[in-house]
Amino acid sequence: MSFLEQNIKSVPSGWRKVLHVNWALVVLICAVASVGFLMLYSVAGGSFTPWAEPQIKRFILGLCAMFFVAFVPIWFWRNMAVVGYLAGLGLLIAVELFGSKAGGAVRWIDLGFMRLQPSELMKIAVVVLLAAYYDWLPLKRTSRPLWVAIPILLVLIPVALVFKQPDLGTALLIAIGGGLVIFLAGVSLWYFGGVVALAVVLVIGVFESRDTSWQLLSNYHYDRIETFLEDTDDPLGKDYHITQAKIAMGSGGWTGKGFMQGTQSRLNFLPEKHTDFIFNILAEEFGFVGGISLLLLYMLIVVFCIFSALQNKDRFSSLMTLGIGFTFFLYFAVNMSMVMELAPVVGVPLPMVSFGGSAMLVLMLGFGLVQSAHIHRPR
Amino acid sequence: MRRTVRETEESARKITRRGLLLGSVQLGFAGVLALRMRHMQVDQANEFRLLAEENRISIRFIPPTRGRIFDRNGTVIAENEPTYRIVLVPEDTDDVADVIARVSSLVELDENDLNRALASINPSRPFDPVTLADRVSWQDISRVAANAPALPGVSTEVGQSRIYPQAELYAHVAGYVAKVNERNLNRYEDPPAVLNLPGFQFGQVGIESKYEDLLRGKAGAKRVEVNNANRVMRELDRREGQPGPDLQLTVDTDLQDYALARLGDESASVVVMDLEQGDLLAIASAPSYDPNKFVHGISTADYAFLRDNDHRPQASKTVQDAYPPGSTFKMVTALAALDAGLVAPDETVYCPGHMEVGGRKFHCWKRSGHGNINLEQSLRHSCDVYYYDLALKVGIERIAAMARRLGLGDGHGVPMSAVTSGLVPDKAWKQRKHKQDWVIGDSVNASIGQGFVLTSPMQLAVMAARIATGRSISPRLVKRIGNVETPSRAGVDLGLNPNHLLQIHRGMYAVSNNRRGTAYKSRIIADGMRMAGKTGTAQVSSTVVDNKSVAWEKRDHALFVNFAPWDNPKIAVSVVVEHGGGGSIAAAPIARDVTLQALYGGNPPLDAYPTKDRARIKALQARLNREREERQAQRNSRA
Repeated sequence: MSFLEQNIKSVPSGWRKVLHVNWALVVLICAVASVGFLMLYSVAGGSFTPWAEPQIKRFILGLCAMFFVAFVPIWFWRNMAVVGYLAGLGLLIAVELFGSKAGGAVRWIDLGFMRLQPSELMKIAVVVLLAAYYDWLPLKRTSRPLWVAIPILLVLIPVALVFKQPDLGTALLIAIGGGLVIFLAGVSLWYFGGVVALAVVLVIGVFESRDTSWQLLSNYHYDRIETFLEDTDDPLGKDYHITQAKIAMGSGGWTGKGFMQGTQSRLNFLPEKHTDFIFNILAEEFGFVGGISLLLLYMLIVVFCIFSALQNKDRFSSLMTLGIGFTFFLYFAVNMSMVMELAPVVGVPLPMVSFGGSAMLVLMLGFGLVQSAHIHRPR
Repeated sequence: MRRTVRETEESARKITRRGLLLGSVQLGFAGVLALRMRHMQVDQANEFRLLAEENRISIRFIPPTRGRIFDRNGTVIAENEPTYRIVLVPEDTDDVADVIARVSSLVELDENDLNRALASINPSRPFDPVTLADRVSWQDISRVAANAPALPGVSTEVGQSRIYPQAELYAHVAGYVAKVNERNLNRYEDPPAVLNLPGFQFGQVGIESKYEDLLRGKAGAKRVEVNNANRVMRELDRREGQPGPDLQLTVDTDLQDYALARLGDESASVVVMDLEQGDLLAIASAPSYDPNKFVHGISTADYAFLRDNDHRPQASKTVQDAYPPGSTFKMVTALAALDAGLVAPDETVYCPGHMEVGGRKFHCWKRSGHGNINLEQSLRHSCDVYYYDLALKVGIERIAAMARRLGLGDGHGVPMSAVTSGLVPDKAWKQRKHKQDWVIGDSVNASIGQGFVLTSPMQLAVMAARIATGRSISPRLVKRIGNVETPSRAGVDLGLNPNHLLQIHRGMYAVSNNRRGTAYKSRIIADGMRMAGKTGTAQVSSTVVDNKSVAWEKRDHALFVNFAPWDNPKIAVSVVVEHGGGGSIAAAPIARDVTLQALYGGNPPLDAYPTKDRARIKALQARLNREREERQAQRNSRA
């Protein structure tokens, strides 16, 4: 019996739940998704096909899923945390065995109607599992080595599987997302100091291992990292993508070139313009004003998640809500950093805006959980 | 797990603290993102805008129309003809092979061209047109155009190519253009971009080369928007180019045609200069070649024929070759002596047939000697000993100075290829060139135009012109550039004593009008048209005794210079016939015929010729007329 269940009488039930949905968050999510539809329409040269239309359909599907998840009591989802995590692990292993290749990486399973990326699912599953773990764990054990080692292991297993695909970007996001929940749960800061020290050693190890028998990353990753680190003036070389992306963004200026007027986009100078680099198209066509507006919308979603979490007296709900909110932040922060050349290009899409089914559906499920926690919070 | 209220509060406190900490860190990072965005989109916006424009905008050059070349009467020497190409855009058709098969059922396609076209299809740039056939006839192109609906992806393009309607007449003068080559590009420190257009034509020889930068005109340009594959999306704007100005030359096509025909199969050259402004009326070098063959790349067989021909058709003999002037140089020696006041015109010299100088015996061409001889007689008989005597009196420096005053040793800036400045030797030159002192024998040789002296036929014409006019007249080849007349090259008075000139004129008159003159047989008998000239024979091999009995390439060069009418000079002429034997036999008749043609502006009346010659001249005229008509018919059918 958790604290929540003791106070069950104060939780809304039946259709009254609709009144307790965090509608502001729903509006923000719809706004961000609409920006995505607009940009997908633009990069297709003013056409709903091939990107905007499927994206809208998926979003509606996602919206339905979100409300479904939202109206199911949060304690049910907490009890399902282990099941979800194990299912995710199973799918990751299935991908390893039966997955399809995309750009040299094994990432998804073709389900016929959509391509499922278990790694996307894992981002949320890890957060939910750790929140459940810390809800279960007595507070005084939080910082004990054994009880710290368990969540670290729970994070590292999927991270290792995703990393092997290889998908460095998603692996890092899962690791950082899990780390955030561990941090929020109140684990002693000494451990984090240790992790930072380990990270430094690892980074040095990664670079030292290159071209030796125990090389830690694939050549593909080294190339990506090198492109980021070397500030070359070789616009047709490996960093052609990022150069064109920066040109698109910078040439937008204050107010941009106008809807569907982006030359970098229209004339195909920008690669991956409907996925990883869609933010640059937005910045090219709507300028600084457009870019900062989207950033503002994103930050509002994060802020609403923080507010919702801090209001919630249930340990699982607040840890999970913060974990999902911060994972969402990681998504767009990493994407924006990478398209503005603050980080290496690791292939992280812009959440809710970039074309892509799995990522959007998983995020909508995550927001469903946030809503569920919000509706069923103890009062 | 049941928690106490205290535990729940402690949990909430910790989550709130750490949550807010992380939230602030994230807000801070969002601030960094915003600043970065601002830096790129506001501070560096102009820089990036420029890069975006560079990406997007490509400049394409529009080839300018090349200036045409006309003769003095407006006859076309070089012009541009439209050329038609059949091109195929691979992406506009589903089946390239099928379309090509259909095209070849309409027009004959060259197997090699076709294979080259197919090989040049770039799968990643299927919008780039490939040329199926170049220089297609108008009939063929109309047939393709008429069947356009059945030929997806096939279109026709019009270009321009140079054509020389006068064919071999002006090969050495106007020259020709051909595809730009490495050497052409090296002419410029920063070659004009238009030269990189595929198939762009560039002047290789003659006027086409010398006036290349002018004739070419200024290229236009259009700015087009391209995508990442460099495919043109649309034209943004265009600036039309400037066609090159037309050039009008001083040459007269009828006279040039006559001169070249009159030279026949000889390896020879004729220069006719107008004495009013120095206009070169004819500047013919035989044999010649068809410059049109070079425009699109000459075949190996044709080139081998030109290269291996011992008459050197490619050599522009009028300006490029320097010959010993022989006796035509004697006027220079005589004028030098008169000008220095060292001899009087009627002072006589005894010619025993030879002269001993510095222990060496120098012969007169007439071994038996001319006896006592004065200036006029020395020219009339072309007595060598008289000039040996003058050389001893005046010395080489005065002779060289007079040669230069009369236009020798100078290319005169004639805008043709490989113009030689000839050679007027003096003591300093020999010291510089051969590290030897000038000896008296050198002067003796130079006095009769042998030894080191070298002159081009063009220079001989200038010499004759200056003797005729007493002015520093120079050759002019380009009469008009666009609408602007080029400056006259009539020159100024050379400051020679008119009386001295008259003595020389009399001597030259006697050469072709005195019964005992060396060119008496090639005289003009029409009143007011009589000419004054001088024969020359330049030794090629020192052992020649009889020109007819030795190999062609060992025979002497025949030379003749003249001006006419002798008492009111209008034109000056020089003729050089390589290995022609003697000047009086091989060169003088040609000079006389060309002179008459120039003076009459066409076929002269037969009574301008000596009675004995008339039958032969009549036959010659008829033959040349017939040949000319054949040539013109040939040119017309080709055009």
